[in-house]
Amino acid sequence: MNDSMISIKNVNKIYNNQTTALHDVSLDIKQGEFIALVGMSGGGKSTLLRLIAGLEKPSSGNVTINSTDSKSLMRVMFQEDRLLPWMSVLDNLSFGSKDKNTKAHALELLELVELSDYADHYPTQLSGGQKQRIALARALMTDPKILLLDEPLGALDALTRRKMQDLILDICQKQNLTTILVTHDVEEAARMADRIIVMKNSTNSYEENCPKNRNAGQIGIVADRVLGEILEENELQKQTA
Amino acid sequence: MQKPVTLPITDQKRFHLSINKILPFLIPVIVILFWQVSSTLGWLSSSVLPSPLAVLQDGIKLTASGELPKNLSISLYRATVGLLIGGGIGFILGFINGMSNTFSLLFDSSIQMFRNIPHLALIPLIILWLGINESAKISLVAIGTMFPVYINTFHGIRSVDPDLIEMGKSYELTKRQMFFKIIFPAALPQILVGIRYALGVMWTTLIVAETISASSGIGYMANNAEDFMDMETVVLCIVVYAVLGKISDLVAKSFESLLLEWQHTGRSNA
Repeated sequence: MNDSMISIKNVNKIYNNQTTALHDVSLDIKQGEFIALVGMSGGGKSTLLRLIAGLEKPSSGNVTINSTDSKSLMRVMFQEDRLLPWMSVLDNLSFGSKDKNTKAHALELLELVELSDYADHYPTQLSGGQKQRIALARALMTDPKILLLDEPLGALDALTRRKMQDLILDICQKQNLTTILVTHDVEEAARMADRIIVMKNSTNSYEENCPKNRNAGQIGIVADRVLGEILEENELQKQTA
Repeated sequence: MQKPVTLPITDQKRFHLSINKILPFLIPVIVILFWQVSSTLGWLSSSVLPSPLAVLQDGIKLTASGELPKNLSISLYRATVGLLIGGGIGFILGFINGMSNTFSLLFDSSIQMFRNIPHLALIPLIILWLGINESAKISLVAIGTMFPVYINTFHGIRSVDPDLIEMGKSYELTKRQMFFKIIFPAALPQILVGIRYALGVMWTTLIVAETISASSGIGYMANNAEDFMDMETVVLCIVVYAVLGKISDLVAKSFESLLLEWQHTGRSNA
């Protein structure tokens, strides 16, 4: 498909010649689309994200990013904030950037994540939610076109989590980012994504398109349906085991 | 918008802070007072242990004659040069072996074998090779301080959080950037532990080396005083070593708090 930003074709990933993490995954992701990858633990969600990020290579098949300068256009945000504890917040934002106007841009992003007053603080002085917002700001430093989120909100409390979801959604929509979110939380997926992909048996077996401008009821319905799909997989696995 | 909160320091907190500053000196002061009182009252014979006041007077006399400053500076010179050479070699070897598996396979087991020889056992060999001049004592200090710095640099580099290295890779850092921005700062706390340990080894080695074969230095001064039954100077030299040890520890600590400022910052608010 020509209008896709990320195109994944018949990708397989096998670890140590025996453990199949991904089996024949094919997927097209359009520019500006928000995708959520859900499924049981060990279903291959994170592996697929790491392949797209270029942190790992597929055993066979192709991951193509349809852009000239693919790497700096893509940023990953992990479950752990991965901030460098010996650098101030401002230096953490600036360290990966080669730009001359880095500092001004970093301050702009700190304002965006509502932490302007913390530029000179060290990460140890921040709460978990604040650190994740800094990690988000760092991911946005190079003006990426693709944002890869590997369960970034998994360790946060419910309220902080909800605030972060809104912040990420807002930024992704305003900057028209192509976003892939790996999450365990089906409701989070139903709230945020345009399209939810359920990973089953190491492949993408089920897709759910989410309605635009959805209300709480619609989110609940989508979440239930997706959860049903995952539970069905769980039952099948129990029977075969 | 969230704002950082700075809490005011209360009087009670200030009192606790000043108590914390005094506490470490309490035991040394009590010991010295008890020692002085015992000497004055005649409970402690001056042939067993001279009084602190007598030791202090001896110190003033030897400082005025220039003997103490001369020997002190030569000991300091040997210690510093030995540490710089030994620590430097230890750091370079730790760095090379920490960064490369091939070099680690090639060098590490030989270094570990050499490390297990007590370095003071090399004194006879070093005297035979280098005589009793400066290079012999400096070499001994260098050998003694090399291993703590080596081991801690090696392990510091090897135990850098792989998540941070992966993050650096995803930000396309060059090898040089990866070392200076991630690996070195992450390994630094461990490297400084090695240097602090090496400082202790440095003084121990120097005392032994100067006592056995030297014509100057604090160790020589103590040994010479022993020949003349000069108890005050013997005790004075021991006190000088204790003070030097404490000063080097303080220097190492202030380096730590300067370079590892980030480790000492607490959460300012929730």
